[in-house]
Amino acid sequence: MEIAIKPYVKSFIDFASQRPEVLCLSADLTSSCEVDKFRDQYPDQFVSCGMAEQNMLSFAGGLAMEGYRPFLHTFAVFLYRRPLDQLINSVAYSNRKVRLMGFLPGITTPGGITHQAIEDVAILRAIPNMTILETGDATEVETVLPVADAVDGPVYVRVLRGQVPRLFSTPFEFNKLRCLSEGKDLLVVTSGICTEEALRATAVLKEKGVGIRHLHASTLKPFNKEALLEHISEVDGGVITLENHSIVGGLGSIVSEIMAEEGVGKKLIRLGLKDTFAHGASKGYLMEKYGLDAKALVAAVETLSGQKTGITADDLAEARIDDVHSAAKAEAL
Amino acid sequence: MKNQESEVVALGIRRRVFEHTIRNNGGYLSQACSAADTLAVLYEDVLNLGPSIAPAIPAPFGGVPSPDNPNSFTGAGYHGEFAPHYDRFIISPAHYALVFYAALIEVGRMAPEGLKMFNKDGSSVEMIGAEHSPGMEVTNGSLAQGLSMASGIAFARKRRGDEGRVFVYMSDGEFEEGQTWECFANMAHHKINNVTCVVDFNAQQCDGAMSAVTEIGDLVAKLKAFGADAVMVDGHDHEALREAMNRRSEDGPVVVIAKTSPYEGMDYLQKRFPRLHYVRFTSEDEKIELRDAIAEQLGVNVAEIE
Repeated sequence: MEIAIKPYVKSFIDFASQRPEVLCLSADLTSSCEVDKFRDQYPDQFVSCGMAEQNMLSFAGGLAMEGYRPFLHTFAVFLYRRPLDQLINSVAYSNRKVRLMGFLPGITTPGGITHQAIEDVAILRAIPNMTILETGDATEVETVLPVADAVDGPVYVRVLRGQVPRLFSTPFEFNKLRCLSEGKDLLVVTSGICTEEALRATAVLKEKGVGIRHLHASTLKPFNKEALLEHISEVDGGVITLENHSIVGGLGSIVSEIMAEEGVGKKLIRLGLKDTFAHGASKGYLMEKYGLDAKALVAAVETLSGQKTGITADDLAEARIDDVHSAAKAEAL
Repeated sequence: MKNQESEVVALGIRRRVFEHTIRNNGGYLSQACSAADTLAVLYEDVLNLGPSIAPAIPAPFGGVPSPDNPNSFTGAGYHGEFAPHYDRFIISPAHYALVFYAALIEVGRMAPEGLKMFNKDGSSVEMIGAEHSPGMEVTNGSLAQGLSMASGIAFARKRRGDEGRVFVYMSDGEFEEGQTWECFANMAHHKINNVTCVVDFNAQQCDGAMSAVTEIGDLVAKLKAFGADAVMVDGHDHEALREAMNRRSEDGPVVVIAKTSPYEGMDYLQKRFPRLHYVRFTSEDEKIELRDAIAEQLGVNVAEIE
C-alpha cells in the first residue's frame, strides 16, 4: 500500500489557483493545515484571520454573500465548537457557500480533549443546510475539493493530513458508498481512517470463511439511504459500523436511524468512541484503547455471528492491504 | 433644508414607534428615543442607497433559505439594488427592528401598512428582525455577528474595487462580546477602511444600565487602540452626526459612537429608568399616564392612536 505524503498541499494549490473566487482563510494553523505553500505562492488569495474563529466564521459569511467561496483551514474542533453560533447564524441559516476544512478529525491527534473532534459529525449533522464529507485516504483528500465546491451551501470536510495511505484509485464521488468487498454474511460500514483498519480485518476474515460486505462512506450528510438498504438486504446477518467519532450522532447513528425507520430487523453494533472523551496519545494507541481498530471489528464480528474466528492480533498486524480499485468494477475482488 | 428633513424623519420615527407601542401594549420604545436621530441622519443624508426594489407592503415569510427553496428572500431590497457604487447597510441589533421599520416608512422605503404585520404569524415583519425582515440583510439576532459579516462584505468589495461603503448599525452592548474585538483586530490587520460603524451608545442593556452589568470603560480609547478611527458625538445633534458619519480613514474602519439618551424626546420614560429595554404596562392607569404624557410631547393626537 502506498503512503502519500501531504496529499492536500498540491491538491489545494492546483484547485484554488485556477479559481480566483476561492479564498484560503486560515486561523493561525497554516502550516499545520498544509496551506503554507499555497500562502507563499498565492498570497493574494490567502487571508490570515488569526486566532479568532468566531470572527472568521462570520467574516466568511460576508465574503460568501459577495460571491467569494472561502475555504476555512484550521483544526476540525476549532471550526464548530467555539464558533458554533457563528456557523449557524452567519453561514448555515443563509445556506452560504462556505467550506470548512477540518484537519485532525477524531483521535488522529495526540492533542487530547481540546484538539480531538469526536462529536463534530453529531453536532453538524443536526444543523440544517450542512453537508458533511469525510476523507478516508490520499485519493479522497486529493479529489474532495471540487466535490465540496460543487455543493450549493455550507460544507464541512474531515481532512487527513501528513502521511496518508492510498486505498482508492478512483476519485471522491458525492454521496456514493464505495463497496470494498461483497461478502454475504455481515455488512460493515466504515468511514475515515477506520476504513483502512476494516480492510485489514476483512481480508483476514475472508481467509477464515467469514464473508464481509464492506462499505466506505465518505458523504455523511446527505447519506445514501437506498444504497445502504440494498447492501443490508444482501447479507444474511447484521451490521457493524466503525468510525473515528463518538458512537452518538455519527455514522453509527446514521445507519441505526435508517435501519429503524425502514424496519430492518437486523442487529447493529456501533464501534467508535463509546460516549467517552479520549485523551492525548498516539493514533495507534488510541484506536486500540477505544476499540476503533481491526481487532475491535473482529470481536464485533464474533459477537454478531456467535462464532469465534481464531484470528489473532498477529494475523491482523501481518495483513497486507492492497489498493482498492475502481468502484465501477467489483472492488477488491 | 436637509437638516430640517432629518429632524422631521426623527420625529416621525418616535411618533410611529410610540403609537405602535400604545396600540400593542408594549414595545421597544426607548430604542426609538436613542436611535431615531442616528437613523434619520443615516437614511436621509449619509447612506448612498438605490431606491427600494422590495415590495412596499412586505411579502409573507418565504421559508428558510435552502438549495430547495427558491422563494426565500432577504430584506436587503429595501436598501436598494446591489451595485458597486451603492452602500450597504447592515443592522446588527435585530431587536431594534420596530425602530428600523418605522424609519423605513418615514423615508418612503416601506408602506405604513407594513407595520400592521409586525410580529404577526406568517409575516416577515418579525419582532426580532430576521434576514427576511424589511431592511435586514443578514441574520443578526445573535449580537456581534453583524460587524464581522459586514467586514467580510467590505473586504470583498474593496478587493473588487467597489466604491460603495458598508455601514453597520451597532448597539453599545455588543462591545461586551469578544467577537467584536476579534473583528476590529482583523479589520485593522487587513486595513479594511470601507466600513463605518454607527453605535447607539445609550448605556442601556437588557438587565438595566450597562454600568451595572458590565462596565465597558473608555470605548473611544479602546477602539483607537484597535486601529479604528473612533469619535464620540452627541447622538441627537444631527449636524454633528452628519459630520462624524462622513469621516474617512485610510488605515481602518470609522466608528461613530453616538452618545444617546434612552428617553430622548419622551421625557416621561425617565420615570422607568433603568428598566427600559422593553416597555410594557402593568396597569391601564400606567398606560394612560404614559400615553398622555408622551403624546403631548410628541404632538400626537391621542384620539387618533386607538
